[in-house]
Amino acid sequence: MSTAPVIQARDLRKKYGDFTAVDGISFDVMPGESFGLLGPNGAGKSTTMRMIGGTLARSGGQLTINGLDPEENGPAVRAHLGVIPQQDNLDEDLRVRENLIMYGRYFGLTRSHLKEKSQELLEFAQLTEKADERVRELSGGMKRRLTIARGLVNDPKILLLDEPTTGLDPQARHTLWDRLFRLKEQGVTLIVTTHFMDEAEQLCDRLIVVDKGSIMAEGSPAQLIREYSTREVLELRFGSSRNEAVVDQLEQLAERIEVLPDRVLLYTADGEATLEKVTQAGLQPVTSLVRRSSLEDVFLRLTGRTLID
Amino acid sequence: MTERVRRWGALYHAEHYLLVARAFLWTVLLNAIGTPLLYMVAMGVGLGSLLDAKGTTVDGVSYLVFVAPAIMVATSAQSAFGENTYTVMAGFKWQRTYYGPAATPMDPSQIAWGHQIGIAIRYLFQASMFWVIMVLFDAAPSVWSFLAIPVTVLTALAMGAPMQAYAATLDSEGAQFTTIQRFVVMPMFLFAGTFFALSSMPIYLQWIGWISPMWHGSQLARWASYGLAEPWWLRVVHVVYLAGLFLLGGTLAARTYRRRLWS
Repeated sequence: MSTAPVIQARDLRKKYGDFTAVDGISFDVMPGESFGLLGPNGAGKSTTMRMIGGTLARSGGQLTINGLDPEENGPAVRAHLGVIPQQDNLDEDLRVRENLIMYGRYFGLTRSHLKEKSQELLEFAQLTEKADERVRELSGGMKRRLTIARGLVNDPKILLLDEPTTGLDPQARHTLWDRLFRLKEQGVTLIVTTHFMDEAEQLCDRLIVVDKGSIMAEGSPAQLIREYSTREVLELRFGSSRNEAVVDQLEQLAERIEVLPDRVLLYTADGEATLEKVTQAGLQPVTSLVRRSSLEDVFLRLTGRTLID
Repeated sequence: MTERVRRWGALYHAEHYLLVARAFLWTVLLNAIGTPLLYMVAMGVGLGSLLDAKGTTVDGVSYLVFVAPAIMVATSAQSAFGENTYTVMAGFKWQRTYYGPAATPMDPSQIAWGHQIGIAIRYLFQASMFWVIMVLFDAAPSVWSFLAIPVTVLTALAMGAPMQAYAATLDSEGAQFTTIQRFVVMPMFLFAGTFFALSSMPIYLQWIGWISPMWHGSQLARWASYGLAEPWWLRVVHVVYLAGLFLLGGTLAARTYRRRLWS
C-alpha cells in the first residue's frame, strides 16, 4: 500500500470578504485512514470539505488530493471522491434505485454497470426492499443511508462525510456507523466532519479539533484525551444558583474544574475518590456522575466552550 | 471516465430531467393531449365557427387554421416558464438536487444546458402531439406544417432560458415568479398576435408583440402551417431573435450555475 498521503493541506485558507472561514490549516491524511474534523457549527469544517471536494476555490495555501490540485483538476479529483453532504440532496421525485443509477450516470458510468452496482449498494445500505419506493417515502435514517450508498456509486477511494449523522435517532446513528466501519475495513479513506464527540471517538483514527477556522489540537481521540484532560470527570450539580458558590471549596479537590451554567466538572484521575472527598468536605450535590473523559472535555479545555451550545 | 463526462455531461442531466418528467407521465400526457384538444374544440367548433359563418377570415384562411399554430407555440412557451422557474428553485433550494451532480466530474454549466436539452426533448414530444391533433382537426393544411414543431421547441427555449438565468439568481421565491407570470408572460401571450393579427392592434401596443418570443414563434409556425406571407428577411429576424434569446439566456444561466454551485 502506498504511504504517500492521499490528502495534503498546507496553510489552507478561505475568506469571504473580511470574514475568515478557514485560517491557515495544515494536515495530511494517509490512505485507509479515518480522519476527523471536530468542531462546533461555523468552525470551518464544511468549508474545508468543500475545498477538498473541489467545489470551492481556496483563498490561499496548497491542497492536493491524490497528488492533484482540485482547483486545476476538478473533474479528475471528483471522479475518485464520494461526497456525503450535510444536507441530503436526493431527488425525491425519483425512486430509490433510480437515484443511485442516475447519480452514477454523472460519473459517466453505463446503465448496465449501474444496474448491477445499484443492487450491491442497496444491499450495503439495507434498502433492497425499498428499491422501488419513492425517496420521499423513506425515513430520515434511510435517506441518509441512501445518500451514503449514492456516494459509493463510483467506488471512491476517499469518502467525504459532512456531519453524517446529524438529525438521526440513536439507532439510525449506530446502523450508519456500522456501515462506515465496513467501508473502513475495505480500505476506503474516510474524512468525517462532526460536532458530536462520540461520533468522532467511534469513527476517527485521528482528528483535528477546529475552532474559528484554526486547528486547536491534532491526534488520535485517546492521545487528545490523555494530553488535554484527565482519565475521569466528576460531574456535580448543586442547582444553578449554587454552582458558582462552591467553586472555591471544589478547586482544591481536583486537578482542574470547569463551571458550566448547569453543572460543575471536576477533572481527576479517580472520580469516585474525588466524590468521597466532596462529601467529606460537607458539600451535598443534588446529583453526581463519574464518567471517562471525552473529546467534549478536550474541546472545553482548548476553547473554554462546549461543542454544542 | 472524466473525458466521457466532459463530452456528454449535459446529456446526463437531460436524462435526469426526463427521468423526473417520466415520474409525472400521466400529467405530461394529459397536458400534451388535453390542451390542444380543448383549444381545437373551443376555437374550431366555438369561436371559429362563429367567425367563419360571418365570412370573416384572417389571412384568407379559417380562424382555426390561423389560430392553431400560434396556440401551439404559445402554450408550450407559457409552460416553459414553469419549467424554468419552480424547477430551477427546486434544484438550488427546495430539493438541492443540483448540488449532487456538482460534486461529480460534471461542470455546473452542463447542468444548466442539460436542463434546456431536457426541456427541448419534452417540448418536442408535446409539440408533436399538438401537431397531430391539429392535422386531425384539419387545422394544418400545408405539407410543411410539421416545421411548426421545431419552431415551437425553439420558442419554448427562447422563452425559458432567460427565465432560467433569472431564477438561478434568486435565493428564495417571494412573489417574483407570479409577478412575472402575470405582468410579463400573460401580456406577451395576449398581445403577441396569438388570437388576432398583430397589425390589427394600435401601433403603440404592437411593440409588446415585437419583443415577445411568442409573436416571433407564432409567425414562423403560421408560415409553416398555412404559408403566411411575410418577407423572407422577417423570417430570418424571427429565427435570429429566438435563437439569440435562447443562447443569451442559456449562457447567463450557465454562468450563474457555476457561481452558485462552486462558491
